[in-house]
Amino acid sequence: MNIDAKMVDYVAELAKLRLSEEEKLRMGEDLNNILVYMDILNELDTENVQAMTHVFDVNNVFRADEIKASYPREEILKNALAVEDGCFVVPKTVE
Amino acid sequence: MSILELSVKELRKKITNKEISVPEVVKAQLAHIEKTNPLYNAYHDINKNALLRAETVQKEIEAGTLDSAFAGVPVAVKDNICTTEMTTTCGSKMLTGFHSPYNATVVKRLQKAGAVIMGKANMDEFAMGSTSETCYYGAVKNPWNPEHVSGGSSGGSAVAVASYGAFASLGSDTGGSIRQPAAYCNMTGVKPTYGSVSRFGLVAYGSSLDQIGPIAHNIEDAAAMLAIISGYDDQDSTSLKQGPFDFNDCLKEDLEGKKIGIPVNYLGEGIDPEIKAAIYEAAKKLSELGAECEEFILPMVDYAVPAYYIIASAEASSNLSRFDGIKYGYHPKKFTDLEDLYLTARSEGFGMEVKRRIMLGTFALSSGYYDAYYQKALKVKALIKQAFDGAFAKYDTILSPVAPTVAPKLGESLNNLLQMYLSDIYTVSVNLAGIPAVSLPCGFNKENLPIGMQFLGQALSEKTLVQLAYAYQSITEHHHKKPQLEVL
Repeated sequence: MNIDAKMVDYVAELAKLRLSEEEKLRMGEDLNNILVYMDILNELDTENVQAMTHVFDVNNVFRADEIKASYPREEILKNALAVEDGCFVVPKTVE
Repeated sequence: MSILELSVKELRKKITNKEISVPEVVKAQLAHIEKTNPLYNAYHDINKNALLRAETVQKEIEAGTLDSAFAGVPVAVKDNICTTEMTTTCGSKMLTGFHSPYNATVVKRLQKAGAVIMGKANMDEFAMGSTSETCYYGAVKNPWNPEHVSGGSSGGSAVAVASYGAFASLGSDTGGSIRQPAAYCNMTGVKPTYGSVSRFGLVAYGSSLDQIGPIAHNIEDAAAMLAIISGYDDQDSTSLKQGPFDFNDCLKEDLEGKKIGIPVNYLGEGIDPEIKAAIYEAAKKLSELGAECEEFILPMVDYAVPAYYIIASAEASSNLSRFDGIKYGYHPKKFTDLEDLYLTARSEGFGMEVKRRIMLGTFALSSGYYDAYYQKALKVKALIKQAFDGAFAKYDTILSPVAPTVAPKLGESLNNLLQMYLSDIYTVSVNLAGIPAVSLPCGFNKENLPIGMQFLGQALSEKTLVQLAYAYQSITEHHHKKPQLEVL
């Protein structure tokens, strides 16, 4: 796999990162080095191996539908960018 | 000897016998931190209420309502574990000044046990790094030689204890982040079985790999801390349904009948010869205690690091998408619209290593590459788990190095990324397999830098690992050795 400038731009867009020209060059170089090394995994035949997401058997975890006190609204909002009428304020999203 | 150099157990005895009060301990602790922190940088934020808290704890002890292994004991907490007091920054500009609205479950349990939290310990940014140099608030320095790194990512947690700024601490381990700094700083650390300690309130890096665990001067203290923080928590859906660990019956000096496997392919090319010698010397000691040591070949060793970095980065790219500059975290001063707000907050708030792993993870999860990288890594994870299952069918534990070298000099590692990633070779597979491991001191190199080793065990074999470490520490002195601190 070769990560070219176009790929760096594409992945940065997906990741919502804005990279400087210098960062882009370095990122492309670093990712290429890392991915070349990761190709070692292709030595392994995993055709009949089941991908493992959880190391232990897990079941869906449900809780009883009980009404419980949540955190105070002002506590949750205290780290926000902007607050108005007890809500998070964000820039206009729909024209 | 200063009271700050006592073990948790010794301190508790003095508090119980009324030889010293909790406020006296905490006052001495604060004064010591003030002297050592400017050089070692173990703490980011110091608890302003520590003395007040000490007075409350002292009253409860006197009233007879509080009696635990950590009542009145000063501890440090890694800065990715949420506390309502003090900030929780994950060593990142992104979370400068962030105050959590809640306490992590481990923090609540420590507080209930009467521990006094002295401060939040510095770390690699979002736990991404093996040296604690990617910390936005400056690198953490090694008490054995401040020109060397502390290790990471829980560098501050290891150094807080190693420099006598706390009696024990909490770290987190996603790929070695408790065990490796413990090894570099002559500490004992435990990475518990996945799910045995609640992750509620731990800022997520790689959710399927992260575990919180203790760092202390010896295994007895570390085990006592693990007993307090472990056990089911309904606020963590991956929490195992079991009670807290009880280590009281495994603090024995006898290893008769224990079978120890030593992976020879961990001790081949690339390992520092002094570390290799220390591991074999430790095996000799363990044999003297009655254990049976045998060399074997552990399969899949070379594939653990690449599989780990794909999975951890993929999970990180998803977990860190919550940092949008709106609800909490870094807020840019200027932005034109919502998209610009996201981009500016993330680009100015995250450091380079975090951006790199987000990019790598985003790539591994992106359409067209998902199967080749992410799915492939999950399959390799299954093979690594199988390799361990095979080993633990024969052995009670695997004895392994923690890192291929002692603590490198500051600045050396970040110049060679791949080299830094590869230095995690002995630690990451433990997290992929979800199994527990104990890291403990086993010697020093010619330059007087600590060497660590680790015991790996099958899932939920913590008691066996604690017994091994306890027996080893009962006949060795490495963990008692003290660094010559440089203080102001």
